[in-house]
Amino acid sequence: MRNQKTKSITYRFYVLVFVTLFGIFLSVPSFFSINGPKINLGLDLQGGLHMLLGVETNEAIKSKVKSIASSINYSFNKENILTDGFKSNDGVIHFELLDKDDTAKVDKIIKELKGLKVSVNNSFYEITLTPEEEVQTAKFAIDQAVETIRNRLDLFGLSEPTVAKQGEDKILVEIPGVKTAEDEQRAKDLIAKAAHLQLMEVDRAKADQGNMLSPEEAASYGDIILPDVKDKNIKYVLKELPILDGSMLIDARVGFSDKTAQPVINFTLNSEGAKIFGDFTGKKVGHQLAIVLDGKVYSAPRINERIGGGSGQISGNFSVEEAHDLAIALRSGALLAPVKLLEKRSVGPSLGADSIEQSLVALLGVFLMIVVFMGVYYGISGLFANIALISNIFLLVAVMALFGATLTLPGMAGIVLTVGMAVDANVIINERIRELIRDGVNLRDAINNGYHNAMSAILDSNLTTLITSAALYAYGTGAIKGFAVTMSIGIIASMITAIIGTHALFDLFANRIEKSGNTRLWFGYRRV
Amino acid sequence: MQVFSSKKIYDFMRLRFASIGLSFVLVIGSIILLFTQGLNYGIDFSGGTLVQIKYTNKNAPLDDIRNILNQNEALKGASVTEFGSSDEVVIRFSSSSDSLGKDVGDTIVKMLSSTGDIELRRVDIVGPKVGGELRQKGLMAILVSFALILVYIAIRFEWRFAMAAIISEIHDIVIVIGAISLFQIDVNLDTLAAILTVLGYSLNDTIIIFDRIRESIKESKSTNLGSIINESVSATLSRTTLTSGTTLFTVLILFFYGGDMIHGFSLALIVGVIAGTLSSIFVASPLLMWFNFSVSNYRTKELDKIKKKEEKERLRAMYEKGQL
Repeated sequence: MRNQKTKSITYRFYVLVFVTLFGIFLSVPSFFSINGPKINLGLDLQGGLHMLLGVETNEAIKSKVKSIASSINYSFNKENILTDGFKSNDGVIHFELLDKDDTAKVDKIIKELKGLKVSVNNSFYEITLTPEEEVQTAKFAIDQAVETIRNRLDLFGLSEPTVAKQGEDKILVEIPGVKTAEDEQRAKDLIAKAAHLQLMEVDRAKADQGNMLSPEEAASYGDIILPDVKDKNIKYVLKELPILDGSMLIDARVGFSDKTAQPVINFTLNSEGAKIFGDFTGKKVGHQLAIVLDGKVYSAPRINERIGGGSGQISGNFSVEEAHDLAIALRSGALLAPVKLLEKRSVGPSLGADSIEQSLVALLGVFLMIVVFMGVYYGISGLFANIALISNIFLLVAVMALFGATLTLPGMAGIVLTVGMAVDANVIINERIRELIRDGVNLRDAINNGYHNAMSAILDSNLTTLITSAALYAYGTGAIKGFAVTMSIGIIASMITAIIGTHALFDLFANRIEKSGNTRLWFGYRRV
Repeated sequence: MQVFSSKKIYDFMRLRFASIGLSFVLVIGSIILLFTQGLNYGIDFSGGTLVQIKYTNKNAPLDDIRNILNQNEALKGASVTEFGSSDEVVIRFSSSSDSLGKDVGDTIVKMLSSTGDIELRRVDIVGPKVGGELRQKGLMAILVSFALILVYIAIRFEWRFAMAAIISEIHDIVIVIGAISLFQIDVNLDTLAAILTVLGYSLNDTIIIFDRIRESIKESKSTNLGSIINESVSATLSRTTLTSGTTLFTVLILFFYGGDMIHGFSLALIVGVIAGTLSSIFVASPLLMWFNFSVSNYRTKELDKIKKKEEKERLRAMYEKGQL
């Protein structure tokens, strides 16, 4: 026996030291304001805005068809192809070809545009998107919405917003630290703004019938009635197909009007847009051109001459802030499809702070209770378990910080619970050691066999708990995912510290334990 | 220090009819509660709006708030309750808005601004579609973890152990849900997390006892399953009591000091920890007896396994020697 005296410093000791130092070093940045990996506080703890948005992809399909209609119409005009009743309704383009000799030209124009399904019946054309093209358009609309919303929030200067696609057709937006209701409203407005800019022609023949025509009547003439931005009673009758839309916009900046010194938005079109704009204004001198943004007419100036260069101006009764936000929205692109609010959770900063405080009180209470209890019940081996527990908490914080895991309120509860359950492994081990001591096994063997016997129970029970955490993670959302992550890391950390860590300490003191033979002192248990 | 005598073997199995009977009553009671009282779905699952506000300079004027809300057609019948203290209020109603620009939360705050200095603490809006999805995902989480656990235990132990563990799990969950119904705890994502935690915790307990039973079967001379179970449960009794004790104390602290946000969460955990501990002793183990678990068969199987393993090792040793 004597000559096979085990080494007191084993690999376990190095593991314990490494894990503890690792834990302390990497958790320091989370506790103090030092640079380094930090635990992310969930929005429920730090306050902020969480939104789940749905994208109305049908609208994207309709507006795509509408813009295809605009470009077909532009080409027809250029080639002098005569049609009647050219309309685009609910994702379908209708027209009647007046001169059958143009059929080949029409086919050529349509063929150049990809993804269209055409059915011709007696010179009546009906054009829609192919099903694949519709799926593609819907997908593009969502990706584009994610990109656009991200750009807008970045330009707005909010602290680290998260914008991510969720599932097939949803967008998750998280903005931490939104302090006031005004900030929240401004952020929401910025996201919601379609920023759909259109330049439309006022229907000269019916210009003064804005208040008499019904929307259906207007539609039958291929017109649309839109209100003025300032005065809802002023209505404009516009040609339904826009001359061009915001997709050809390359820049939008806030400027000030020369005459009124009011803020205005100057926009610039790309070369294609500039060409269409130039052609149109050249041909329609004397007509009125309406600048339409999100279905409202901002101004409808008369065209005095051909406008080249492709720049224009939106004036309206903007405040500087409104003009600024609007320019951001225009610059970052229009939303191809409107978004709607599916879920919103906003937590005020004071509630988050209260939650943290209460959880910390609970954590501290649990921690003290367990430390005292383990020491009294198991003597020095209880202290070993406590050392493992402390190392466990540091390790948990460190690993969460390293992975940038998010700590949520249920996650805090998860930590408290992990601490409550973390001593389980040590309780099992210590009970096994006591059993062996009772059976008269010598102390050194009792320790080693105690660990050995306890192992399968600890592994099985922890693994099944890990399995449930995995299910929670896979099917949970937001705060629940946070809880699952915290639980899983806690379980793994406690397996390392409670099994390997405490064993290292026993190794370290094995000779002394054997020599003293005082089971009461070391194991809180009197040999009977 | 020690609580239970380490030598004494308690006769738990003698109590099995009484204990299973009691479990039966509790489970049936919970199911009846579920059908009569029902569950109080929070807005996470049913969809709707929750607004939590705090009055910074006075107690919340509940009647004024109700009067103001009742003037609005859509907000009629909104539930207005104190939350934690008399200056904090939670307002709940079933409608939700889907326009991003102006949501119901903002409207309410504006309507109530005349009642005093208020601080907006929390606004949750969940649309009906999302609610349904969350409900479905929650159910899936439970079913998937059941399936995985069943497979795991069947592999590590034996299928009867797996069945017994799952049934006692279902028992615990039904009782927790019964308690949720009884105390009218809001069923939301937190509550779901609590249920899944109970699932993990009580399984933990069951496995530790099962592990002991498996070990005793291999070592004990007795072939009487009842006495083996008694031996094993008695041997793990200290551990069970201590761990359940510390965990119970933990959730009690969470309940009393963890704040109102996790009140329902911790109450469900309290019931779950108690039910989980008792069920691993009084439900899971007796079930093994009812499933006609045969000790001698298990021993033969285990012996076969060991024999096969030895045979394999022998072959490998021969093979390796041949190589050398």
